[in-house]
Amino acid sequence: MEKFKMLVVDDEPDFLETIIKRLKARKIEVAGVDSGYKALEFLDKHDVDVIVLDVKMPGMDGIETLRAIKKKKARVEVIMLTGHASVESGIQGIQLGAFDYVMKPVALDELLEKVRQAYDRKMIQADKA
Amino acid sequence: MQNEDYLNRVFNIIQTRSKSFLDLGVIDEEGNHLAYVGPHYSILKKVNYKDEKWFQEVMVTGVYVSDVFLGFRKIPHFIIAVMVREKNQSWVLRATIDSDIIDNIVRAAWIGKKGDAMIINRENVLQTTPRFGGKVMEPPKAPDFAAATGTMVEAMDFRGETIIYATSIIKLKKWILVISEAPTEQLTPLLQARFLAALIGLGGVVLIIIGTYVTTRAMMKELQRMDRKQAASDEMAIQSSKMAALGKMAAGIAHEINNPLAVIGEKAGWMKDLLAMEDVAKSEHFQELLDAVHKIEFHVVRAKTVTHRLLGFARRMEPVEERVNINEILDESIDFLENDARYRNIDIQTNYAPDLPLTTTDQAQLQQVFLNIITNAIDAIDKDGEIVINTRSIKQNNRISIEISDTGPGIPKEALPKIFDPFFTTKEVGKGTGLGLSIAYSIIEKLGGRIMVASEEVIGTTFTIYLPPK
Repeated sequence: MEKFKMLVVDDEPDFLETIIKRLKARKIEVAGVDSGYKALEFLDKHDVDVIVLDVKMPGMDGIETLRAIKKKKARVEVIMLTGHASVESGIQGIQLGAFDYVMKPVALDELLEKVRQAYDRKMIQADKA
Repeated sequence: MQNEDYLNRVFNIIQTRSKSFLDLGVIDEEGNHLAYVGPHYSILKKVNYKDEKWFQEVMVTGVYVSDVFLGFRKIPHFIIAVMVREKNQSWVLRATIDSDIIDNIVRAAWIGKKGDAMIINRENVLQTTPRFGGKVMEPPKAPDFAAATGTMVEAMDFRGETIIYATSIIKLKKWILVISEAPTEQLTPLLQARFLAALIGLGGVVLIIIGTYVTTRAMMKELQRMDRKQAASDEMAIQSSKMAALGKMAAGIAHEINNPLAVIGEKAGWMKDLLAMEDVAKSEHFQELLDAVHKIEFHVVRAKTVTHRLLGFARRMEPVEERVNINEILDESIDFLENDARYRNIDIQTNYAPDLPLTTTDQAQLQQVFLNIITNAIDAIDKDGEIVINTRSIKQNNRISIEISDTGPGIPKEALPKIFDPFFTTKEVGKGTGLGLSIAYSIIEKLGGRIMVASEEVIGTTFTIYLPPK
């Protein structure tokens, strides 16, 4: 069982559902929501270490959500998930405090590796604080 | 008048006016000299002119002018005699005149270098010394004009030369003035003027023609040059906008495909996860299922490579700026590909400018460009060949040029305009994405450079990249 708590935000239900199932099968404490609002709501009620956030979503998009998350809980690490030509938004995300960005489709193990790195950084910064 | 002293005074007065008067004499009806003034006093004083032809003539007509003769004096002269009737007596006043005076007058008509003028009498005997045609008192070396009846001008052939002759009758004595001129000579100023006018005219025409030709040519050249430039810049603009449009489209397609690909990938991953559970592993078709899932994952990755390259092509990211040495980047690129090249017996030769200036550009992107072009060169040669890579610093327009030449089969002419288009490939299906060169093109454009291709079938292909040193 991994130590970190994960949240996946993606508007594509098939993707969200499957990745959650697979992460849970790996004994990871993970939740999934399909919009930025729901992610913020979720943050209010739950403790989260790493968020995997889709950039392109209807309504509140990934960048907006990222800003709101960083405002709310600066310590939470965010990995941007981009599906289209929004490398800029990935980079913009990093400038706004995201840990990294990953292009879809991504192998789950690869993504998990990034999540672990992000969690490590969170821990190091928590120690410093 | 019979008084010689008086005659002497008259003679002196005349002589002060004109030295041509050689002597004066007064002769009576009988032909005897009554008075004489002149140098030949002793001889002439005693001469009786009664039987002389001229004396008889003057007595009849009153005035006589002789032809030129040498006479006693042995110099050419002529005489003028006038009879004066006084009471019942007739006198004749006779003056001898040196014919030099006429010679001088006639000489004035010697025109140019070949012109001549002379006076002849009715016997075609020269009365003056011509310039070329003989001596006084002899027939002239000219056609016989003794029978001339008036003024005439005629071109005549004389001794193989065409000469223009003009004649005029001198009325008093019926002498004939003959003036000759070589037409080439006399008419020379006229001809020269005409020739000059013609020359100027012709020159003008030639000048106009040459001028027109030169201007037209220059204008045509300029027009052609501008046309070519226009065409080139049109082509570049078209290429540029084509790339932009295709970039957008590619990005859209990549996005639309990436999301379902992500779902497929996750589903396949989930199936693999499930297959890893013990109970499923006992299934009869477990291996088949596992293979199928692996294949799905493999092809998701393959599709992903395409979409990610598409995104890379469409990327409008600002290039990272680094100070780079292009020769080093080329060496690194060659390192990547050297094994493949050696395996295919392709020799990669480099000829770098040692003084190549550093440039500020995106190393990774530039390397991508070099890799794409060199890979293409290797693929084009296939086996046994040579790739030559040159770098140069072009001082004139302050550019760095990188030339990559291969000894491959060359690019067919009809394919040449398309090679930078995305998805254009000559490679087998599945081997090339058709994106390599279009990515190279857009990267070089983004870096402020230019990429050009020259290719000749059978001989090979050369890609030339121009980059600004910064």
